[in-house]
Amino acid sequence: MQDFTQEFIIALKLVGTGDPELWAIVLLSLKVSVLAVIISALIGMPLGAGLAVGRFPGRRVLIVLINALMGLPPVVVGLLVYLMLSRSGPLGVLQLLYTPTAMIIAQVVLVTPIIAALTRQVVEMLATEYDEQLRSLGVSRLSSVPVLLWDGRLALMTALLAGFGRAIAEVGAVIIVGGNINHVTRVMTTTIALETSKGNLALALALGAILISLAVSVTGAVSVLSLRGERQGVGHA
Amino acid sequence: MRDYQAPSDHPIISVRGLCIARDGRAILDVDHLDLDGPGPTIILGPNGAGKSLLLRCLHGLITPDGGAVSQNGQALTDQVRAGQAMVFQRPVLLRRSVAGNLDFVLRRRGLSRVARKAEREALLAQGRLADKARQSARSLSGGEAQRLAILRALACKPAVLFLDEPTSALDPEATQEVEQMVLRASGQGLRVVMVTHDIGQARRLAREVVMMHGGRVIEKGLAAQLFSGPQNDLTRRFLSGGLMV
Ligand SMILES: Nc1ncnc2c1ncn2[C@@H]1O[C@H](COP(=O)(O)OP(=O)(O)O)[C@@H](O)[C@H]1O
Ligand SMILES: [Mg+2]
Repeated sequence: MQDFTQEFIIALKLVGTGDPELWAIVLLSLKVSVLAVIISALIGMPLGAGLAVGRFPGRRVLIVLINALMGLPPVVVGLLVYLMLSRSGPLGVLQLLYTPTAMIIAQVVLVTPIIAALTRQVVEMLATEYDEQLRSLGVSRLSSVPVLLWDGRLALMTALLAGFGRAIAEVGAVIIVGGNINHVTRVMTTTIALETSKGNLALALALGAILISLAVSVTGAVSVLSLRGERQGVGHA
Repeated sequence: MRDYQAPSDHPIISVRGLCIARDGRAILDVDHLDLDGPGPTIILGPNGAGKSLLLRCLHGLITPDGGAVSQNGQALTDQVRAGQAMVFQRPVLLRRSVAGNLDFVLRRRGLSRVARKAEREALLAQGRLADKARQSARSLSGGEAQRLAILRALACKPAVLFLDEPTSALDPEATQEVEQMVLRASGQGLRVVMVTHDIGQARRLAREVVMMHGGRVIEKGLAAQLFSGPQNDLTRRFLSGGLMV
């Protein structure tokens, strides 16, 4: 147990005193993951809603595909995005490898299927329930989409939080495409991995504590929302 | 956005050659029906008689396998359907506030904020829901929820109001309130067409009765005459409580 206690005290100090290096890492993590979730929502929600109310050939296949993509191993996503962005890859000219943008792209690939799949479930359930009533009110299939999204807002918030939870806690993909470069692409998870292996436990512990509080808050928010949703009969994931 | 149509004084709904078949069996077969008497019209019959199917056809929610429905000689275009509203057996309320459910319809009619507020408040007062305006519609009791569903239908300013067993899940008190709303709407000139299997309710509300059984209309007439002297044997048995299915 040697000097873990001491490391722990330093960790507390780092958090308590607002160590600039620590907070730069936390801030970058939040920036990358929040942006990734926003972009994923802009893609995933219309996609999920379209799959829920649309009727086109290949719809079933697409739904199965997106559900399968929900469980993508992050390391593999990292590898694929790496191949796309590497100098000889198809998007190499953009020179995005080892930038925060590359990390955002990787997280978007991870999170979009989650948001799309959950949105589809929520919207499809509401569409079934509202179908005759909305048709009675003269709401067309297409114009029912914003109504269904709005009425599913609680469950959709849950989907966004779930996506954020996955993005912020993920390490495999961002370490490959971000490279864990000091002051450029170091985020909480990659720093914890690196510092632990270097034996610098204080910084790792401090970041770990922050990451845990974030994860717990997100999970807490999700359960509060789903409880409320259940009471209103919205249902969720 | 649907065009708002002034309620015409006496919309007549006509059915010609209507038929729906499932598994080679006709589940609805209404060759000739004109709802031309005074309202409210009550579609009466035992469970499984085809009442809900017929009502959905009248409202254009189901496209029949054959035949057609018309209102004042016009086919059920979107514009004609905009002059119809329907209340379902189990109210389908949006996951919004009580007022939000009314606003949804009022906004679709293109009313200004001020006009919406005035109409919303009048409706809420009429349905005794004024004090619940901000409450979530999903937290209403069964009776309140059905009252809100009726108010929302009225907010469409329809010429024709369809109701499919709106009181089948309600207690006697809530049922009475719904019946009063229906009578009031009818008194204000709406063409009310309501489905029920409750003979007592039919007697309380109907001026015109359409009696259904086995997917067919077996008798139609003015309530006073049909109840006192039913012509059809099945009607007679149903009215005396001896017809189950
Ligand atoms: N989608 C459907 N497919 C097959 N049969 C149906 C369908 N909808 C209704 N039916 C049948 O049609 C008959 C009439 O149904 P319905 O109009 O709901 O009766 P009710 O008079 O009780 O409202 C019932 O026997 C029902 O089982
Ligand atoms: Mg029925």
